[in-house]
This record gives sequence, C-alpha cells and structure tokens, in this order.
Amino acid sequence: MSKKILPLVLGAAMGVAATTAAGATTLEDVKAKGFIQCGVSQGLPGFSNPDAQGNWTGLDVDLCRAMAAAVFGDASAVKFTPLSAKERFTALQSGEVDVLSRNTTWTMSRDTQLGLNFAGVNYYDGQGFMVRKDLGVTSALELSGASVCTNTGTTTELNVADYFRANNMPYEIVAFEKADEVVAAYDAGRCDVYTTDASGLYAQRLKLTNPGDHMVLSEIISKEPLGPVVRQGDDEWFNVAKWTLNAMLNAEELGVTSENVDEMKASDNPSVKRLLGAEGSFGEAIGLSNDWAYNIVKNVGNYEESFNANVGPDTPLGISRGVNALWNAGGFMYAPPVR
Amino acid sequence: MSVMEQDSAGAPARASLMNDPKIRSIFYQLVLVIAVVSLGYFIVTNTITNLERQNIASGWSFLENTAGFGTNQSLVEYSETSSYGRALYVGFLNTLLVAAVGIIFATLLGFIIGIARLSNNWVINRLAYCYVELVRNIPLLLQIFFWYFAVLRSIPGKREKWSIFDTFHLNIGGMRLPKPIWEPGSEWVGYALIIGIIASFFVSRWARKRQEDTGQQFPVFWSGVGLIIGIPIITYLVTGMPMTLEHPNFVESGPILRQGFELNVGINVIPEFLALTAALSIYTASFIAEIVRAGIQAVSHGQTEAAHALGLRNGPTLRLVIIPQAMRVIIPPLTSQYLNLTKNSSLAVAIAYPDLVSMGGTVLNQTGQAIEIIGIWMAVYLSLSLITSAFMNWYNQRMALVER
Repeated sequence: MSKKILPLVLGAAMGVAATTAAGATTLEDVKAKGFIQCGVSQGLPGFSNPDAQGNWTGLDVDLCRAMAAAVFGDASAVKFTPLSAKERFTALQSGEVDVLSRNTTWTMSRDTQLGLNFAGVNYYDGQGFMVRKDLGVTSALELSGASVCTNTGTTTELNVADYFRANNMPYEIVAFEKADEVVAAYDAGRCDVYTTDASGLYAQRLKLTNPGDHMVLSEIISKEPLGPVVRQGDDEWFNVAKWTLNAMLNAEELGVTSENVDEMKASDNPSVKRLLGAEGSFGEAIGLSNDWAYNIVKNVGNYEESFNANVGPDTPLGISRGVNALWNAGGFMYAPPVR
Repeated sequence: MSVMEQDSAGAPARASLMNDPKIRSIFYQLVLVIAVVSLGYFIVTNTITNLERQNIASGWSFLENTAGFGTNQSLVEYSETSSYGRALYVGFLNTLLVAAVGIIFATLLGFIIGIARLSNNWVINRLAYCYVELVRNIPLLLQIFFWYFAVLRSIPGKREKWSIFDTFHLNIGGMRLPKPIWEPGSEWVGYALIIGIIASFFVSRWARKRQEDTGQQFPVFWSGVGLIIGIPIITYLVTGMPMTLEHPNFVESGPILRQGFELNVGINVIPEFLALTAALSIYTASFIAEIVRAGIQAVSHGQTEAAHALGLRNGPTLRLVIIPQAMRVIIPPLTSQYLNLTKNSSLAVAIAYPDLVSMGGTVLNQTGQAIEIIGIWMAVYLSLSLITSAFMNWYNQRMALVER
C-alpha cells in the first residue's frame, strides 16, 4: 500500500499538469463535451435573464445560442453560468466558461492585459444616469453633491469618478457587489442617482416599485462597446465567436431571417449563397460545417430578430435601434463580408 | 538463505525492515513530505506556466498605478488619483474599524445577555434566552440585509431627519455628528489624557498594595474616572477651549437635490457601517452570551457559598470570585468568536461598505491581478487572525490560575 501512494500522487499531479498545460483547443473541447459553457450576467432583462422556468433569454444569450447552433446545429446545446462583474474574467481565464457574453465593455486594458480577446461588439452602449423625476434634475451637470449608487468591479465606477471630477462636482459613491442590491438601495432612497450602462438603466428600471417615477437623463458620459469575449491564444475559437456575430449581422443586411432562410438558400445572390453555405467552404475554414450560418439564422435568427425580441421597441425595455442599427441605416453595426 | 540461517542461529530473529515501526513511521512521513512538497511545486509552476501561456501580466507593480475610483468611507486621505495600493490600505483600515467596533459592542452585549441568561428574574431570563435562540439561528447575511434594507426603509429620507438635542441627526444618508476642529494648543488636552491614564494606573497599583498591607479600600474606579476625564477637561478649560464643533449643515431651500445634509460637513457615519456593525455585533453577541453563561456555570456553586460565608456581597462575589475563574473557561472560545467576527466582516461587500474585500474586488477587476489580490486578502485576514489570537493567548495566560 505504502509503495503505491507516491507514484499515485505524482501520477495524478502529472496527469493534471498534462491536461492543464497542454490542453486541447476550445473548439475540440466544446465538440467533445457536446455543449458550450457560456458566462452570462446574474439577471439583466433583455441581455441575459432567466425566465420563470429557468430558460435564459436575451441579446447576450442569443449570441451563445447562435454559437451553439454554428457548432452543433442545435441552439439548446448551451449551459449558462451566471457571473458577477467581479468574477467574470477569472471564470473565463480559468476555463470555467468557454465564452463570456455578459454585457462586457471592450477596453484596451481588458483586451491586452487579461489574456482575453473581444470578438466584436453586439451592442453599442454608453453610461447614463437615472434619477427620480421629483428631484427636478434635467441634466447630469446638476448632480453636484449627489449620492450615486452603482456596481463595483465595472468600468462604471471609473467613468462616474472621471465625470464628477472633470466637472468639479463633489459626490458620494455607494458601490454594491450585485445589481439587485443596487436597485434595492436606490429604490429605498439611499442614493439620488443610479448609474450604469444606459441599456442597464432601462432594464433595471423595470424592477423598481414605481418605474414611472424615474427618468434616465439624456447625457451619455462614456463609450461602452459591449461584446463577447474569449481567451487569447486560441484563434480557432476566436474565429467562431467573431464570425457567429458577423453572420447574424450579415444575415440582417442581406435580408435573411429565420423564416425565409430555407427559401433564401436557393437565392441567386452570391453573397447569400456564400453566407448560407451553398457556395464555397467558408464554414470548414473555421472548423465548422458549411451550413454553420444557415443553422444560426434558422435556430436563433439574424441580429435584427434577436434585438427586437429582447430589447426592441415592442419589449418592456423599449430601446430603439439608434446607433445599433446597421451601417447602411445610420448605425455603427458593420460586419465584414463573407467571401 | 545464508543470512536467514545466521539470524536464526545467532541473535534473536529480526523482522523484515517493513515491519520495523521506526522505519515504517519515517518512511510514511517521508512519503507525506514528498507528496506535499511536490503538490506545492506543481501548483506554483503550473500557475506560472498558465499565466505566461495566457499572456496575463503578473507582479506587484500595479499597486502604484492610479486607482481612479472613489469610496464613501476613508479613514485616511484618499481620492480618485490615489494609487491601487492606497485603495487597498483604505479598505484594510475600514475592515479594522468595523471589526474593532464590532468586537467591543459584541463583547459588551454578549456579557450582558449571558449574565441575564442566569438571572433569577424569569422575564429577563426568558428574554435573553429568546434573543440567543433567535439571533444565532438566522444566517448572518440575512441579518445584514435586514439591518441595511429593512431598517433603512423605515428611517427618514434624504431631505428629512431625526434629531437628538439638535446635535445628532439620522436619516437614510447616515448618522451625522458634529466634527471637532482642533486648534493650536489642543495637543495639551491629548497630553493631559495620557497623563490621566498613567496616573490612574499608578493609583490602582498603590491602592492594591495598600489594601494588601492594611486592608483599607480605596475608590479606585471613581478616582480613575476623575483622573482620565477630569485632567483633560481642566486642561481644555485652562488652555482657553482650543476646539470648535463643526455642525452638520442641513439645507432646507434651493433645488431639491441640494436639500438635506451638505456633503463633507461634520462627521457622517455611513448607513452601511451602521448596518454592518449592528448585524455583526448582535449576531456574535448571541454566541458570546452562551460562552459567558457556560463559563459562569462552570464555576462550582461552592465558590459562591464560600464567598458569601466570607461576608462578600453579591456584586463583589461575581466580580472578584466568579468572573475571574469563569474567564479561564470563557477566553479560548471567545477568541474564536472575535476571529469569526473579523472574518465575517468581509460580508460587507453585499451592502456597499468599502472594506478590504470590496475595495480589493474593484482593484482586481480593473487590473485583472487575481492571484496577487487574493494573496493580499489571505495574508491580511491570516495576520489579523494570528495577531488577535496571539493577544488573546497572552491575556489567557495572565488570567490562568496561578498555583502557589
């Protein structure tokens, strides 16, 4: 017995070393286990939010579902890990999740110092302020001396510090770990102002006792391009994430929707043919089947469908496309062509 | 074969090395040490390899970079332009503050409840019993939320206040107190306080010696109070009252946002601190109460009877005979409660109190230096705990039974 312990321990140690140090690529791992582990928020309506049955929905969730559709042809081959703002990068770095699709702002330090890559932007956001209507405030520049509630571990905390400092206004910051506590404290009157990304303000306003008593100020004080994140150094998986998003945007631009995708497959338009795999072998080039984009649109829809179903004007959030419209409709959304 | 024969012929037969208890134990210990060391080596090298492979920067240089975020409570100078190291230091001091205040209140409350548990008065006894059973059986995080969210909603909003003597004010923004502004000359009051403490120390030594020699008692407590409070007050008056109070400024006109207490005037004790201190002390006090009760009950009833037989009244019996003996039973578990309270203070992060974990979390998120920050957290809590238990061990030795 005693003689067996040492080799056992060392063997186990080596075994772990081998799997962690060498490792397969993420795409191989994902294919082997049969699903994608996707890091999402702990509940942000419109972006990633579980419903009463525990099914996750939202714009960020759709991106993970689209990746699953691209890899497996099955949008349900995803498991979700709710992460706090603080945990999210560590969870991705350590391999706990395969992709982080959690309204995460693309910044230079995150892109370069954390060993991560941003695979694009699926929502152009900016930080805003929400206040009670009865304060009579119309501009963020009148917020001198206010108490400001926000989330810790976000760019929000830095932006608000910069903004108040730049405008020489004193303020009191109250920073919570979880968004639910921020909402509760703001609702209780602990703070005059609630600040986070404007999309988040619209989403969280729904959780307040009287959403109608609160307004979002028009000032946007920062650039917050939100997008999916993957680990650096795995270009194959990076391509899958990047082109899943691009496929959804290209599908919208070419008028391919989940309803007409089967007819569009027979289209004469070479761009549509290339996208849907009727021509060329673009899917194989990124380690997938050639009908990858067909599966995305068929199972999840194009970007417009996802936007309208989750955050669009007909949803409780009621956010208009604005800067998130396609480039040819006055917005910033511009995907490189499939060719 | 020949060896075996020799053994059986000469000295008593020796068992195989495997069965020698000494060698066996050395062998097992060696195996354990090698296993632990190689596991440690593996963890460290694997971490370093993985960090390099994933291009994650590591090292301590980030501590000097500008933090860029603010905080709502800081015991030292801190602004957005301070460094990450400074931000962690602010968080560390906030942790120390809430732990120290929490320990003091928990001890006071715990002793009172613990003694009340033993009261002959049925109502007091049952009240203390209910307190203990209710509080110690509800998770601490829920209690923190209760004190923060439930109580917060029932106190006045930012544009209103509750006041006592028009000096202490309470609203949802926190508790406002007048802030002492020290002017030149006020340092003498501080010196006077130190002199008062030293003087009362010597008075108590002298009084004890006199009592041992002559049996005469001296009112040590009241003379101590007089020295510690009286000397500074006299100094304060003599030096011409070199201190003014800065009262919180409650604005009642102008834009609604500006109404209420003005920022940075007077002292503001933030509600996060109040809620956390209340939750921690009330929760820990319920455990301390049981420890105190157990300690007192551990002292045999014969001691009380003997003290009464010597003519000691109830008060001195408790103070001079029962408590000193009970302390020997109380101190070791009390130490664990102090350590628990300190470590539990990290739940602060749930209600926006900027303690070490909260500030560190923000630094972690902005720099991505997870291993370094978690290392700092562990080192700080470990050293705080070791210092607390070292102090309590020293105190325990002092209180231990001295056999003559």
